[in-house]
Amino acid sequence: MDILVLMKVVPDVVEELEVGSDGKSLDTGFLRTILNERDDHALEQALLLKDKHGGKVTLLTLDAPDIDDVLFTALAKGADRAVKICGAGSVSSTQMAARLFGETIAKTPGLLPVDLVLTGVSAIDDLDGLLAAPIAQKLGWPYAGVVTQATLADKTATVVKEFAGGVRGEYDVPTPAVLGIQAAEKPPRYVPVAKVRAAMKSQTIESVDAPAVEAAAGVEVQQMAKPRVTGHAEMLEGSADEVADKLCELLAKRGLL
Amino acid sequence: MSNATATADSDAGVMTLANLANFPEGRKVFSCMQCGTCAATCPYGDEMGFPPRAIITMLEAGLIEEVFASPGLLNCVTCYACMAKCPRGIKLTEVLLPLVKEQVFTRLKEVPAELQKALENTMRYGNPMGESPRKRALWAKSSPVPVPVISEIKRPVDVLWFVECYPAYHPRGNDANRATAKLFKALGIDFAILGNEEKCAGECARLVGETGLFDMLTDSNVKLLRKYQFKRIVTGGAHAYDAFKRKYPAAGFDFEVHHSTPFFAQHLARIKPKLTKKLDYTVTYHDACALGRHNGFYDEPRALLAAIPGVKLVEMTHSGVNSICCGGGGGGMWLDTYYAAKGYERLSERRVKEALDTGANALAVSCPYEVSRFEDALKVVGGDKRMVVRDVVELLAEAMED
Repeated sequence: MDILVLMKVVPDVVEELEVGSDGKSLDTGFLRTILNERDDHALEQALLLKDKHGGKVTLLTLDAPDIDDVLFTALAKGADRAVKICGAGSVSSTQMAARLFGETIAKTPGLLPVDLVLTGVSAIDDLDGLLAAPIAQKLGWPYAGVVTQATLADKTATVVKEFAGGVRGEYDVPTPAVLGIQAAEKPPRYVPVAKVRAAMKSQTIESVDAPAVEAAAGVEVQQMAKPRVTGHAEMLEGSADEVADKLCELLAKRGLL
Repeated sequence: MSNATATADSDAGVMTLANLANFPEGRKVFSCMQCGTCAATCPYGDEMGFPPRAIITMLEAGLIEEVFASPGLLNCVTCYACMAKCPRGIKLTEVLLPLVKEQVFTRLKEVPAELQKALENTMRYGNPMGESPRKRALWAKSSPVPVPVISEIKRPVDVLWFVECYPAYHPRGNDANRATAKLFKALGIDFAILGNEEKCAGECARLVGETGLFDMLTDSNVKLLRKYQFKRIVTGGAHAYDAFKRKYPAAGFDFEVHHSTPFFAQHLARIKPKLTKKLDYTVTYHDACALGRHNGFYDEPRALLAAIPGVKLVEMTHSGVNSICCGGGGGGMWLDTYYAAKGYERLSERRVKEALDTGANALAVSCPYEVSRFEDALKVVGGDKRMVVRDVVELLAEAMED
């Protein structure tokens, strides 16, 4: 059972994001990127399936600063092969990323066949989850998204999809298939730094040239802005009695008493 | 680079469990006479599975893999109690336990979630809380005493103050920082901090068994310190002090280093006349493992406290070398949920119960982990109305006129 995991990095929101001088994009001065959390779950789900069924887990990413650290960490966790798509520059739209991934998977010798392609169902810069479905369409495979569990049997993946209100649905999907992972069955595993360093010494990351793809007719960002402060909480100061008086006065003024 | 560094036999290479006998400190491990003092003094002795003497038996019997496979060693809070009490003088916490814990950690099927997050944060952001490294020096803005950053003042200083993570980010740690800055100023000491460039010293990562992370942080901090000129380092981090003194030298760290409590005790004669405000506290002092048992600073914090007008010092049943760990060492800081799920008593709660029994109304500490641990524990045991927790430096600053 072989699995291809698609991963990408997104802005790390631990650092406060600033809008760039063009008013349409993030200021990259202090921007750090981090592996998309749901892609980390897709990797974990792939490793759990590998633990159970054997097979190979291959990682495919778009080149980005610090991407090698992400890939070596994934190799240290148990992935078998890492490939990055180089030369596409900074890929700002999900549609473009989907085309690059789709073309690369279809055209690069040795990436296929696999039983499953797993990737995060969404990302903080792709809340609509527009990455995986176009890739499935390109490959002509079925797609299931918002997946929280997956088991593999001969030519079929049984997946659990999560719906609103705690409702879950179980589906049989013929493989090969593309799955958008919402969460792995277990939290992503920890890998000691020593193992990551060992992976850096013993393993290599392959590069493939970005395929030529048509510019995607996608959504154009017109303006990016921080939320505007429109109101604030009022703190009532004073002794308990004074606060109680002020509170009564406020409630009375609003016709609630 | 490894956890245990050769202390002699320099051509013997790096010490491992397999070549212990090639090192004097390692050979000593095999002088164990199975008295069981280590297990009896261990605060989690009942839960350890393999207390130090059992580890030694298993090692001699060629069954050490069984020890590695058991998660029991996650209960070791590296409090140095077993080492301090060993009648053979075996360096259990310095030599044996780190080597074993490294193997246990590597083999853990699942790292407890809270610990995993703390380690991942430390790796990525240089602090276990996962706060932005760009906010590490933010606290300094709230200090009434100006706190210069060494890269900004661009000149040598007397004291380079290594702030550490909890003091940098935890609100109660910030309180201790403001007090420390006030003391430096009162003593006329020329000081500066590293600011946002500083990273976790990493001692707790090392002692939970994540030695690769420790090595990474060590390299980064040593490289950073080399950029600047200063006479000595002072840190309020008890674990940072311990790491700087004992482990960092193997990575080229050759600076004079002090923990702030003994450092201020050296200046007691000049501090004392400034302690003019009378404080109405009966104080009991908790000996931090890394300062007390591991480095022998028992008298210094007490001398500082005794110099504060109005302060009456009382001792807990277990004090000095017998002090009970707050439970925060060796990764324990991020294993509270794990211990609670296993039904263990939290060591911080055991400790504050003892502190409350003294009748004191203030618990004084010298390690940044302890303020939040003990304040939380006091709330849990219902003692937070009867007792406050204060760093020694906070009490000194409180007794000084502004």
